[in-house]
Amino acid sequence: MKEELLKRMVKGPDGVEFEVEPLRDYYCEAGPTVQTPAYTAIIEKLFNWARSESIWILGFGTGCGAIEMRPLMTPRFDAYRYGIQWRPTPRQANLFVISGYLSTKTLKRVIRSYEQMQSPKYVVGLGSCTINGGMYWDSYNTIKRLDDYLPVDLYIAGCMPRPEALLAGFEDLKKLIRAGKAEGANQYAENFEWYKANQKSVIHDWDMPDYNW
Amino acid sequence: MVMQALYDTLKPRFLLGEFTKQRDDLAFITVEAVRLHALLRHLRDQEGFTHLVLLTAVDWLEDGQFQLTYLLNNRAKRQDVGLRVLIARDNATMESIHDLWAAAATYQRELREMFGIDFPDSPRLHEDFILEGWQDIPPYRRDFDTLKYAQENYRDRPGRETRDPAQHMKQQLYGED
Amino acid sequence: MAYQPDRSQYPQKKADGTLDIDLASGKYLKLWQGPQHPGITGNMAIELTVCGDEVVEGKTHVGYLHRGFEKLMERRTFMQCFPIVCRICVPEPDFNEYCYAAAVEELAGLEVPELAHWIRTLILEMGRINSYLMYLGGQAGAFGQGVIGQWTTYVRDLMLDRFEELTGARIYHMFIIPGGVRDNLPEGFAARMETTLQEIESTLGDVERVMFHNAVFKKRAVGVGIIAPELLDSYGITGPNARAAGVAKDVRKDQPYLVYPELDFEAVTGKDSDIYTRADVRRRDLLLSIDLIRQILVKMPKSGAVMTKLPNVLHWKIPRGETYIRGECSRGEYGYYLVTDGSGYPRRVNVRGPSYTHSIALFERLVVNANISDVAALLVSLHTYPPEIER
Repeated sequence: MKEELLKRMVKGPDGVEFEVEPLRDYYCEAGPTVQTPAYTAIIEKLFNWARSESIWILGFGTGCGAIEMRPLMTPRFDAYRYGIQWRPTPRQANLFVISGYLSTKTLKRVIRSYEQMQSPKYVVGLGSCTINGGMYWDSYNTIKRLDDYLPVDLYIAGCMPRPEALLAGFEDLKKLIRAGKAEGANQYAENFEWYKANQKSVIHDWDMPDYNW
Repeated sequence: MVMQALYDTLKPRFLLGEFTKQRDDLAFITVEAVRLHALLRHLRDQEGFTHLVLLTAVDWLEDGQFQLTYLLNNRAKRQDVGLRVLIARDNATMESIHDLWAAAATYQRELREMFGIDFPDSPRLHEDFILEGWQDIPPYRRDFDTLKYAQENYRDRPGRETRDPAQHMKQQLYGED
Repeated sequence: MAYQPDRSQYPQKKADGTLDIDLASGKYLKLWQGPQHPGITGNMAIELTVCGDEVVEGKTHVGYLHRGFEKLMERRTFMQCFPIVCRICVPEPDFNEYCYAAAVEELAGLEVPELAHWIRTLILEMGRINSYLMYLGGQAGAFGQGVIGQWTTYVRDLMLDRFEELTGARIYHMFIIPGGVRDNLPEGFAARMETTLQEIESTLGDVERVMFHNAVFKKRAVGVGIIAPELLDSYGITGPNARAAGVAKDVRKDQPYLVYPELDFEAVTGKDSDIYTRADVRRRDLLLSIDLIRQILVKMPKSGAVMTKLPNVLHWKIPRGETYIRGECSRGEYGYYLVTDGSGYPRRVNVRGPSYTHSIALFERLVVNANISDVAALLVSLHTYPPEIER
């Protein structure tokens, strides 16, 4: 555990001493919960339609695929016309696009960012390196299967996928959401122990709370 | 020719070793570890090799040695010289050159992490640079097997096939017979 | 009246030269910019210690994109290395291909046909234009001018179309193969390229008016992030960062490679070495690249072999040797140090990316006493791409 997460006494600028217990004060101890569908089917359908039409992507370029995100924001491909836009913070985003290979160092930050996103949230794995390691199948520093560590709703294959492929992928994701099949966040909550065990097996210096939202 | 002349003038003073001419503008010279710092200073201040292009290491596992390569560039004369320093692989230690080039500290941090070569007094040497929470032997060493590490730590998706390229191409080109 | 910061709260230096920062005192704040942050170039992080809104210490953290290329290449044959080298640098991958191919050719003693040299130069200049266009969008974006990025990304797409036509791929071209290039130019390529170049030129005219003549951009970029010319050698600064400081450091001129001796050009330099000058040097360098492409298309031979005959690549062994190949990429000196030991695999490959020195040693020096809001612009102005730092 990191030193800054330990319980300690802190002296403020005004000279008053107080106790800080970061795990309790800064983080929530409760784990993720499964989100149940709305009471009636038609309301749930309306919700899913609304969710599918406002896909807000977290602006975190984790790998080389991030370079094809830029053309998507500009007039030629213009993802905004589909209700897709990029947000700078996890609190405002509901789609995490893992743009390529993840080194274990980035995986740690990705988990933190993912857990900070609000439900309902989705994960799209982009490029062959998220599916099975791709070019880096024998690398000591990149994970091979993204779905061991995060609940992936959709994969877009290619090295790297073209912007058209990304748009097609996002359209497919919308169909999944509308059909109520994009249940990644609930999967994560149900199999939380399994995901955590997998994550901790590759991140050897786990120095953060188990769930940081 | 020019590089040869430079080598001949410096040889008696710094007891230089083997000289390899790679191109007209690039030569490699073997140097003893204790004379490296003085030679670098001389090249930088007197001979105009002011730009440290790179500092890296090669692992000669069979000989039990690391080769450190210091590549210097003289922009005015359009020359490059690479200095090879051979140091023992066990408890590898080398003098730091961050006092000559500030940027060298970064290279030395990387070498410490990726090869396990120690550079005493180099700033921030023991901070994590590229890896985080690494517990195995330094990964750029030749005796570190990256495939084995990847198989032990990361799971394959079932159904993946790996082929030996030579065998595979043979079958593709010539068929079964 | 100029702003006078209150320095009474500034940290004292300890005996070993590091700053004495007591975070518990409440005077200082630790800010992480990245890896998940809009004001960062790619996937890296800066750890800032600030006092008020002024930075007292900055540390660059890299390694988020480390795939261990140099290790992976040691267990791939010389030809198997070729498709993975371009993945080291995303926005301008062609330099990896060229440096690797040239290093292998030199050690294996291969002669490359004349036409292949011309096509290689053409591809490298096209890649440079792409990279600069990305940069201009990023630099303007760091000051809140989003529209420049929209324009430059649009014309970059046009250039990617030319790449696609030539190589079949948008980003990773895998075209400069050891022994030559994969193909000759397609029919009518020069005419379509000319249309693209004209479009880029006209957009650059707009960019000059809207970005470089903009009062806000001038106010924030002039006089900020000055690199003193004395630092150049000590910090290994190359490329536009050095040229903006008035030193005409350009590998294309200093140690010409490929067909640059036959092209007519002068290295672009600036005087003031601040963010504005660096952006301006890059804009003019972009115009130079457009001019070079025109010269190449006129002067290059129209037909001929583009590929030399390679030995059987499955059993290709290269005798023991070592070499260093460099080229001038859009960010500075890019180089490959290749060591072979007589086997079918490289013994060691080391990639020298210009961002390695720019974004760590140099940036950590420049960021001290900068305003927090200028940090992103300062980092962008050094034109860094993290993957070439950690590889």
